[in-house]
Amino acid sequence: MEILLTIIIILLKIVAILAPLLTAVAYLTFAERKVIGYMQIRIGPNRVGPKGWLQPIADAMKLMFKEIIIPTKADRFLFLLAPVVAFGPALAAWAVIPFGNGMILSSLDAGILYLLALTSMGVYGVIIAGWASNSKYAFLGAMRSAAQIVSYEIAMGFALVGVLMAAGSLNLNQVVLAQQGSILHWFWLPLLPLFLVYFISGVAETNRAPFDVAEGESEIVAGFHVDYSGMAFAVFFLAEYANMILVSALASTMFLGGWLSPFEGIPLLGPLFSFVPGPIWLVIKISFLLLFFLWFRATFPRYRYDQIMRLGWKVFIPVTLVWLLVVGLGVLGQVGPWFD
Amino acid sequence: MGFEKFLFYVFALILIFAAVRVITVRNSVHAALFLVLAFFTSAALWLLIEAEFLAITMVLVYVGAVMVLFLFVVMMLDLNISPTREGFIKYLPVGAAIAAVIVIEMVLVVGSGYFSSDQYQLISHPSDYSNTKELGSVLYTFYVYPFEIASVILLVAIIAAISLTLRRREGVKSQNPSQQIRVSRNDRVRLVNVTAEKKQ
Repeated sequence: MEILLTIIIILLKIVAILAPLLTAVAYLTFAERKVIGYMQIRIGPNRVGPKGWLQPIADAMKLMFKEIIIPTKADRFLFLLAPVVAFGPALAAWAVIPFGNGMILSSLDAGILYLLALTSMGVYGVIIAGWASNSKYAFLGAMRSAAQIVSYEIAMGFALVGVLMAAGSLNLNQVVLAQQGSILHWFWLPLLPLFLVYFISGVAETNRAPFDVAEGESEIVAGFHVDYSGMAFAVFFLAEYANMILVSALASTMFLGGWLSPFEGIPLLGPLFSFVPGPIWLVIKISFLLLFFLWFRATFPRYRYDQIMRLGWKVFIPVTLVWLLVVGLGVLGQVGPWFD
Repeated sequence: MGFEKFLFYVFALILIFAAVRVITVRNSVHAALFLVLAFFTSAALWLLIEAEFLAITMVLVYVGAVMVLFLFVVMMLDLNISPTREGFIKYLPVGAAIAAVIVIEMVLVVGSGYFSSDQYQLISHPSDYSNTKELGSVLYTFYVYPFEIASVILLVAIIAAISLTLRRREGVKSQNPSQQIRVSRNDRVRLVNVTAEKKQ
């Protein structure tokens, strides 16, 4: 009986995290079209509902009622499994993200490791989709994506090692608590190179522009999801946007102080804004980083494939290795105000 | 039967099923995916004995990296399974002999009593006990030499593997990015004053 009760409470918590998340995913697609529209001096979608605000709902309805076409020689089971495999890890990772002090679904002691393991699982969706479609364009996209994600995961992992050295813990709640003080205590300052490497690797791992060679519509049509339609395609789409929000949430938690107020420690503004609850700050930080994702897409042309590999292996990994040494010396020398 | 025991049997059944399917399924990509499932389930089993660091590392290394590359190769090769099934009867005696040797070895090792459950009682820890921290503090103090030697051996293996694939060939064209960046306008653009054609 007690177990049943715990399970029900956990399920309710999961719903409380996932319902806002999925709404955010829907409106992120709207925000993307609007933001990029204004950047290109257009207006963007403005027909469905007041000022276009019902556009994501209309899109979802359209995708739901479309037929899911399965190619003749496709592997039927894997073809339908792939979108689920792509989407699952993007949702499961939210279990260890703290929304406030102790406001966390599972205060896992090996939280950062768990995140690394889950983000590395996302690639299976892409690989399985590419193979199961039985199409050469989809397969090329899958191969590109696999090589890219395996390469960038190393740099990403090293960036997270820096965070865990600075925080002295793998638990994300502890990581945020270690950044307490003021905006200058947050890890973006002592770990600035790692922050940049993490965020850019995050863009690469989510297959977003300018690293979207897995889709590469000008070369390989739409890459791994070229044969998908209807809801099966929509789930891939959802996974991409959920991953964007996840990477932004992780970067804000680990480098931008998570739920901490940016006005903390400032004489007048600090107490003035202390009434704002932690999750609001987290959402503001996530939105700020998400804007960069959209901005990148509107600004940069796609990287050439060999340039992506060069950036990952010859630039990011050496940068993180050197900075890990610096962080190690900082921790050893107890350099204030971050490592004491 | 406790909830944990129930979970153990569920995961154990999935693990055995996945392991059997790895060698019986006809399609090699399906076999690799069943191996992924097997790794994942064994990680879940490790979680049940509170070895969360090992479990997550298992998923991270085997599922996240090794099997991705494995699938990469298997998918590219486009293996056809039917010719490999030929000669099954011919090789059966050799296979059976090796299998028998392995079974005898396993029985001797497992049956020796050294690995029996009363030798290894499961020690339960409070929820604030960090498996990862304990492992790190032992690895970098007490076992630091074996640990470092193992990592050096791995490094040697990496360098050897890379140097085996390095083949210098004549006439290979490749870009040099730093050279490309250093190019200035004067190297590439030449302004030519062309005299306008006169009216006749």
